[in-house]
Amino acid sequence: MKRKIVSAVLCAAMISTMLAGCGSSSDNGGASQPATEDNSTSQAPAEEDSSETQTEEESAEAPTASGGSVYWLNFKPESDEVLQDVAATYTEKTGVEVKVVTAASGTYSTTLLSEMDKSAPPTLFIIGNQAGVKDWKDYALDLKDTPIANELNTDAYNLYDETGKLVSIGYCYECYGIIVNPDLIEKAGHTMDEIKNFEGLKTVAEDIHARAGELGFDAFSSSGMDDSSSWRFTGHMANLEYYYEQEGTPWKECPPTISGKYLDNFKNLYDLCINNSLTDPKELATGGHDAENEFKTGKAAFFVNGSWEYEAVKDDVPNATMIPYYCGVEGEEKAGLNCGTENCWAINSKASAEDQQATMDFMVWCVTDPDASRKLVDTFGVMPYKSAAESTNGFLAAADKYTADGCYVMNWATNFQPNVDSYRATLVSALNQYNADQSDANWETVRTAFVDGWAAEYNAVNN
Amino acid sequence: MKSKKNANTNSLQKATRRWGVLFMGPVLIAFIIGFVWPFIQGIWLSMCQFRLISDAKFIGFGNYVKTFQDASFRHAFWYTAMFAVVSLVIINVLAFTVAYVLTLGIKGSNLYRTVFFMPNLIGGIVLGYIWSMIFDGILGHYQTSILLESKYGFWGLIILMCWQQIGYMMIIYIAGLQNVPGDILEAARIDGATSMQTLFRVTIPNVMSSFTICIFLSLTNGFKLFDQNLALTGGQPFLIQQGGTTVKTTEMLALNIYNTFYSSNTTSQGVAQAKAVIFFILVAGLGLLQLSYTRKKEVQQ
Repeated sequence: MKRKIVSAVLCAAMISTMLAGCGSSSDNGGASQPATEDNSTSQAPAEEDSSETQTEEESAEAPTASGGSVYWLNFKPESDEVLQDVAATYTEKTGVEVKVVTAASGTYSTTLLSEMDKSAPPTLFIIGNQAGVKDWKDYALDLKDTPIANELNTDAYNLYDETGKLVSIGYCYECYGIIVNPDLIEKAGHTMDEIKNFEGLKTVAEDIHARAGELGFDAFSSSGMDDSSSWRFTGHMANLEYYYEQEGTPWKECPPTISGKYLDNFKNLYDLCINNSLTDPKELATGGHDAENEFKTGKAAFFVNGSWEYEAVKDDVPNATMIPYYCGVEGEEKAGLNCGTENCWAINSKASAEDQQATMDFMVWCVTDPDASRKLVDTFGVMPYKSAAESTNGFLAAADKYTADGCYVMNWATNFQPNVDSYRATLVSALNQYNADQSDANWETVRTAFVDGWAAEYNAVNN
Repeated sequence: MKSKKNANTNSLQKATRRWGVLFMGPVLIAFIIGFVWPFIQGIWLSMCQFRLISDAKFIGFGNYVKTFQDASFRHAFWYTAMFAVVSLVIINVLAFTVAYVLTLGIKGSNLYRTVFFMPNLIGGIVLGYIWSMIFDGILGHYQTSILLESKYGFWGLIILMCWQQIGYMMIIYIAGLQNVPGDILEAARIDGATSMQTLFRVTIPNVMSSFTICIFLSLTNGFKLFDQNLALTGGQPFLIQQGGTTVKTTEMLALNIYNTFYSSNTTSQGVAQAKAVIFFILVAGLGLLQLSYTRKKEVQQ
């Protein structure tokens, strides 16, 4: 009898531990380790790898002085290390817990979708474009006239919904265009002044490509079409078509159709890129091309990318600068860089009032504290806030210079791409065919994907 | 003496009956939490419109209607079916051949078995990327890529799956082959059966239970395939039709469901859920059908 009782007790113990396990795991990730307060924050550098996918060691509990805590779902993996560091500093100074989780490259929206459903959802997250506004506006606090909004020095990067609610506010902006190594241009016997429009760019690029063997470098770095690189063309370079198609009146929302009026201009520049490059266009579909490295090591003079590359290239190419997408549009001598952002903070409206307050305080601290904003500006490039540190990014400085010279800024109309992942994937497929065989028929397929694909994706999303 | 033994068994049975539930409990609870409950919730969600599963709104069967109207889902279905059948045949024929050869007692068969089994230990995503490099390395010589032609994508995936699955199926067949009673084989030899006759009349009927399990596994694996599909081609190349709609020519069912779920339409999560329910019914139905068919062919020893 005694033995039976013992076994019954053992069974009960077994079940209860199991249930306990379930209880905490449904709560949040693996909360079984007693969360030592500064577990994920103070060890930030060491944890870089794991946080790149998702760091979930600390869950909601862990009371703080003010009662609120901050959970920032970050979508820039390249900034993760700095953000962990800044978060740790803030916790040290104020005792408020700040957790930064970084979604792996290209998985931000899926990560957000699952994180928002947890019992301790992000209090600070990113709504980067109008599609995001549509999806997430009900989960965003109206930021109008809040302390953080009052710190802004421009309204240019803010996102509003159709009722005028300030859904998210820019915390940095970026620019993209064609990165140039002026030293190589001069080595080839040209000057930067020759490149003021498409004709100039074409002359220089084709000359360099023709003499690549003798010069030891080529014109364009490779235009790989794998996931790590294709967005430079399907997302960024495509912007020149959308930008000019707006004809001076910026889109306020995603147009149901586009005409593709300037697609030939896109083709001009795209053809120039793929045909005057280190890499045979037929080999672009496969991955493994490292355009950044080609540019850094002086093997290529042009590199299609954006201001976030400045940190990566400035040591090897100290004179690197950025020029606009010259594509043969009339008056493009007055073109500037493509400036805009997908980096906009939103506060979770479903979070508790304490957490919202803690998040707001943290944001204001980020853009006003000299040390913190210095670190953040160095990783983000620039922060459009009155008291934030000055930018040291050479490409953003180039963007400013174009603006100061009276050139027009090309806004990021590309942010309106409907059902963006699917739209771009289709475009990549069409461009792959075109790269392998640059026939008119294949370009017509690209046109179909670019123009009709827009309408098709718009319908898929809105009907 | 006899009655005492009976009493013992009785009390043992009683105890088993009484405490059995308790011992089953943990497993049962885990099963309910990990499988039954999410499954029921999944069926419920397939009739809802939702972005976050915590605020789902019931909308009836609209998601199922949309699923059946979705041309990409139909394409994915036929593509998957074709893939499953082709891979099932090739994998099982090759796996059985390898198993048969390796049970003939040739030298070093243990080493071969290990080597053949190894690929099964590598994860699908990794395999997909590795093989895409291998294929592109070869196809690159011919100025093309696995992403440019649907047929390359199809056969590439078949090769990948064969490479991964044959070793696993081989182990099951080897176990079956080693269980064929020696006296039957000996009798066949004495009766003057040729080796072909022995193989088809004696050996294969006796390993039919291995065939049942292997065919079941490769059929359901073929239908459920996701990682390898995503990593190898991700649905490329797309057929871009007039009007801008696309057919992802190498997209299989599971990837189609995934892509639907993460598209930015507000209703797509529900549709993806409906697709997933249909997918489950399909795979379960086919699996059961196949099981009952091959079971009939098994012989009792």
